[in-house]
Amino acid sequence: MSPEFVLETRGLTKEFRGFTAVDSVDLRVQKGHIHALIGPNGAGKTTVFNLLSKFLAPSSGEIIYQGKPITGLQPNQIARLGLVRSFQISAVFGHMSVLENVRVALQRKLGNSFHFWKSERSLEALNERALQMLDEVGLLEFADTLTIELPYGRKRALELATTLALDPAVLLLDEPTQGMGGEDVEMVIGLVRRAAVGRTVLMVEHNLSVVSQLCDRITVLARGAILAEGDYASVSANPLVREAYLGSEAAVLEEGHA
Amino acid sequence: MTSLEIKAGARVLQTQVVQQREQAAVRRKRWFYLALFGVALVAPLAVYPVFLMKLLCFALFACAFNLLLGYAGLLSFGHAAFLATGGYVTGFLLSHYSGLGTELGILAGTLASTLLGLGFGLLAIRRQGIYFAMITLALAQLVFFIYMQAPFTGGEDGLHGVPRGQLLGLFDLNDNLTLYYFVLAVFMLGFAMIQRTIHSPYGQVLKAIRENEPRAISLGYNVDAHKLLAFVISAALTGLAGSTKTVVFQLASLTDAHWHMSGEVILMTLLGGVGTVIGPFVGATVVVTLQSYLSNGPLGEWVHVILGVIFVLCVLLFRVGIVGWVLKLARRNF
Repeated sequence: MSPEFVLETRGLTKEFRGFTAVDSVDLRVQKGHIHALIGPNGAGKTTVFNLLSKFLAPSSGEIIYQGKPITGLQPNQIARLGLVRSFQISAVFGHMSVLENVRVALQRKLGNSFHFWKSERSLEALNERALQMLDEVGLLEFADTLTIELPYGRKRALELATTLALDPAVLLLDEPTQGMGGEDVEMVIGLVRRAAVGRTVLMVEHNLSVVSQLCDRITVLARGAILAEGDYASVSANPLVREAYLGSEAAVLEEGHA
Repeated sequence: MTSLEIKAGARVLQTQVVQQREQAAVRRKRWFYLALFGVALVAPLAVYPVFLMKLLCFALFACAFNLLLGYAGLLSFGHAAFLATGGYVTGFLLSHYSGLGTELGILAGTLASTLLGLGFGLLAIRRQGIYFAMITLALAQLVFFIYMQAPFTGGEDGLHGVPRGQLLGLFDLNDNLTLYYFVLAVFMLGFAMIQRTIHSPYGQVLKAIRENEPRAISLGYNVDAHKLLAFVISAALTGLAGSTKTVVFQLASLTDAHWHMSGEVILMTLLGGVGTVIGPFVGATVVVTLQSYLSNGPLGEWVHVILGVIFVLCVLLFRVGIVGWVLKLARRNF
């Protein structure tokens, strides 16, 4: 049986005033995989990510999600189709309670987001489910806390809970361990692993040790183009990849693998 | 008990604690509003009713503006257009159709500014920050010059002697005290509508958009449409304030359409405390009171300078506004 690709790009290109940030990338993400997009600084990872989540419009090329082109859709529309992104800076709603953060994601499916005449008590029916989601990421005891008061690692956990509340088919994670210390990184690895059950995950990640622990498949970008693709062992052994990462970072590759 | 059961129990307990705390807050708020309502009922015994009505109209204006700035994070610099549109439409209708009830005149004025708000919103909502403010200002200036030229507004003279008429054919609004209670009812209606909007399923999404717009988009919300609704509600209530003001003063003039008015409502909202529930009310009270007392005294010509200085001090010293500052003190000490 040939593998099923849930997310695919064909000749995806993005130019900024003559500078080609992403150069005809053909990316294929297999259903059920945790797929990593890595590469040195300026390789175009974040641009690809923003193109996939529709926060940028491509100059040319196509994006296909579950067999249908989504190239012309708005970012909120693809979220409704089950392709949901996270952000590099922990994207939470600071002046809402932790519970409300998750609830506002659950709320979308109720279709009452324009009901300005109803009491917000009508949302309390979602509390039970929201608390359950919080429990899954270990935030139950913080339900009542104002989100801005959470420590950084917890905010990322909350962001993930909020994303999972949408029950997405594909998760796009933008550097989930960015700016984190060792303990928090371990926590996020655990969370992503659990979140990935029954889902497909595409993540941009700098931390190669995280990539080596989590990912089924890795695409290496350099200068906007795909340099190599495969599992961690084959990619880290690839001389082109080693060259792209140069010297010290090649050592990092080894370390991640070990 | 299994650990799962303990967790489930803890969760129920947690939910109860949250709900109890919320209920206590709601109860406190209810008492506060009840006390305010009591004060409003007896206020005309101590203060000239027309002054109180002016206060209520501007307070509603500021509250409507605050819905947009404080809860949707949109700074409009064109709200004078909605205030004036409500006023002119109501003034024109009540002057020319004597059979029309005052309540219908006000309703028509409100409707007109709602539609104008929809038009402004559709053109401006895609822009952010200063660009949004500039577009709303430009549109409002356009409306100002139309009202200056159009025949139905009376141009530079404005509309004078607008009849106050009767409410539902039952109450004679020429009596200041009767009119005061009517205006109070209008204000409470508008205020209640803002309260409900803020604390509605829509209000939650609006808050999320204000807190982090890209994230709200990524959750699947059509952010522009939600912002547009806030803009239209704000324009509608601003129109309601303008219409009511015209009935009170029996006058609709270009002053309401001038960009000074758009600036004044920003001043009221910021001075009182943006994003707080009664901040705009307090801000409007301070500004209107200062204006009327100063303009009657020897400092009459200095009104704008004094307000300007207050504004600068407000921005420099307490950015959270009067109410925001009081809340902060209360939180620190209790």
